[in-house]
Amino acid sequence: MEASAIKGTTTEAETRRPRLRLAGPGRRGRLRVAIIGTGNIGTDLLLKVQRSELLDCELFAGRSSGSAGIRRAQAMGVETSDRSIDALLEEPERFDLVFDATSAVDARRHYELLKPHGIPVIDLTPAKLGKMCVPALNLADCVGEPNLCMVTCGGQAAVPLARTVMETHPQVDYVEIVSTSASASVGPATRINIDEYLATTEAALSHFSGVGRCKSILLVNPSTPPIMMQNTVFAKADETDLPALTTAVEQMVERIQRYVPGYRLVVPPLYENGRIAMTVQVAGAGDYLPAYAGNLDIITCAAVAAAEENARVLLQDAASTQA
Amino acid sequence: MAQILISDPTLRDGNHAVQHRLTAEQIRRYAAAANAARVAIVEVGHGNGLGASSLQVGEALLSDEEMLRIAREELSDVKLGAFGIPGFATMRRDLDLAIDVGVDVFRVGAHCTEADLTERHITYLRERDKEVYGVLMMCHMATPEQLCEEALKMKSYGAQGVVVMDSAGAFLTRDLQDRIARMVDATQIAIGFHGHNNLCLAVANSVAAVDAGATIVDGTARGFGAGAGNTALEVLVAVLAELGHDTGIDLYKVLDAADLADAELVQQLPTTDSVGIVSGLAGVFSGYSKPVRRIARDFGIDPRDVFFALGRRDVIAGQEDVILEVAMALRDAVENQGLEQQDDEISDAEGDKA
Repeated sequence: MEASAIKGTTTEAETRRPRLRLAGPGRRGRLRVAIIGTGNIGTDLLLKVQRSELLDCELFAGRSSGSAGIRRAQAMGVETSDRSIDALLEEPERFDLVFDATSAVDARRHYELLKPHGIPVIDLTPAKLGKMCVPALNLADCVGEPNLCMVTCGGQAAVPLARTVMETHPQVDYVEIVSTSASASVGPATRINIDEYLATTEAALSHFSGVGRCKSILLVNPSTPPIMMQNTVFAKADETDLPALTTAVEQMVERIQRYVPGYRLVVPPLYENGRIAMTVQVAGAGDYLPAYAGNLDIITCAAVAAAEENARVLLQDAASTQA
Repeated sequence: MAQILISDPTLRDGNHAVQHRLTAEQIRRYAAAANAARVAIVEVGHGNGLGASSLQVGEALLSDEEMLRIAREELSDVKLGAFGIPGFATMRRDLDLAIDVGVDVFRVGAHCTEADLTERHITYLRERDKEVYGVLMMCHMATPEQLCEEALKMKSYGAQGVVVMDSAGAFLTRDLQDRIARMVDATQIAIGFHGHNNLCLAVANSVAAVDAGATIVDGTARGFGAGAGNTALEVLVAVLAELGHDTGIDLYKVLDAADLADAELVQQLPTTDSVGIVSGLAGVFSGYSKPVRRIARDFGIDPRDVFFALGRRDVIAGQEDVILEVAMALRDAVENQGLEQQDDEISDAEGDKA
């Protein structure tokens, strides 16, 4: 499953695929997407979508017509709306996929409204409605899903490393991840939902790594200039195979770098005081958000990777049908 | 003279001094002694508070529940306190448990510029009619204006007071007094002070804080606490009494509690040693003391270099994972320097030959 994860060949996904519609011929076979939420995340996502060869943003919809995000989209020639989800529901046939970058509460409501139209949603809020998606680990299983949960920034950054620990050290029964982000990059929604953030991260950690016990810790550092997002994975171990782990980690880092270019290992796996430890840093691409906001960038990168994988599989299918 | 509320986190901050390995018997005996002395609040738990037992900041010998339950049984005349930092502690896993065990007073902490992380936890506890204080940690890292603003946020969430923690033992008395006075003035709620003794100013700073209007002061028996230790409770009580303040604490009994701590809890009295002084100067959280010493020894580097490097990175409480990264970089630098030196010696030797 590991090897095929990035390529995309599962049978389970095939049965659910009809939810996705292929874009019209005039669009060179790109997936037509809408983005709801024109804040920092939505706008950063827009820039990445427009750079993608597989995605086209049909509509960028939020609530305030004068927002910086809306102005940015207009300057790029993207159609915008200040009527949020309502604008999408008027012409649902225009969209193959929707990114939700609003809030957990709104995302829940939006999904209920989009469901009858069969439009799949990639959810960047912590609402945790659909299947958890960490592209480095289960991209192939994320094709044709009605709703994908992009977990949390710490989850995206650290859970793949936790998985390498469990693969090389199956006897480990406790893993911990510590994520530290710059204060300026941690918005009010994350702050007020800090408990949910920890719970969602821990759910992903246990789901993807299979570890028995786990813990997630979140820290917010106000230093100026702002620090880069940093994530450390710890595992409690009596015996270790650091060479095997290091190889697995290096491969995983490479895999993540394919969709998160600013992801880098700063402390390679080491063993200290009864614990395995390693640290990665995530610099953002600096699209709309500043480079230090790697915590936000990794989520938008992962969401785009998930959407592109859906597009890729659809195009392959279309090609084979024609042939 | 003012009524001063003394909060005693010997069994919480002191846990830092023994790598969070306080035993059931130690907690039982000290809690009983503090109860006899009538300190206002006995705070118990892992050094970093509820839910903090971890590989990041150290695993505790006992669970939060065990520690709190043992103390609860011994405290008939004083309140049981718990400390929690959102990001480590959660409402459902940790606060609910502490409420069930019968904790009377909660202190909800955040780094001194990040008070909004405490909003949900403070309101959650206030809705359940608990006594709640906000705690601003590492206060030397914020301006007086920032501290007032953050304290006001905590007040707006429902905190009944705000405690200023000099978590790194870095405050000079004048700076501290200015901040306390402004916070008392701006918030109109109880302001507290929690000192560390890296620069041997803990008692003096605590008295200065009281002079500036603080009405809550933390002290631990023999200063048993993280890094260079806290404000020594028994000295604090004696000095405040001499100054005519009412703490409601029995002097002989608090001296007895300190003697008991000395005999039963403390392996090595916290002192202001060389590394402790550097830690204070660098403004690094006192809880880093033990892991920095251990890792510096293992990596063959100077712990003072580690503290200054951590200080330059503005690490906050809880970022202990960075110690490994810093130690690795320092070790590499030392090794490179060694190699360069060898190169120089070789080329010098070759030069001599030529």
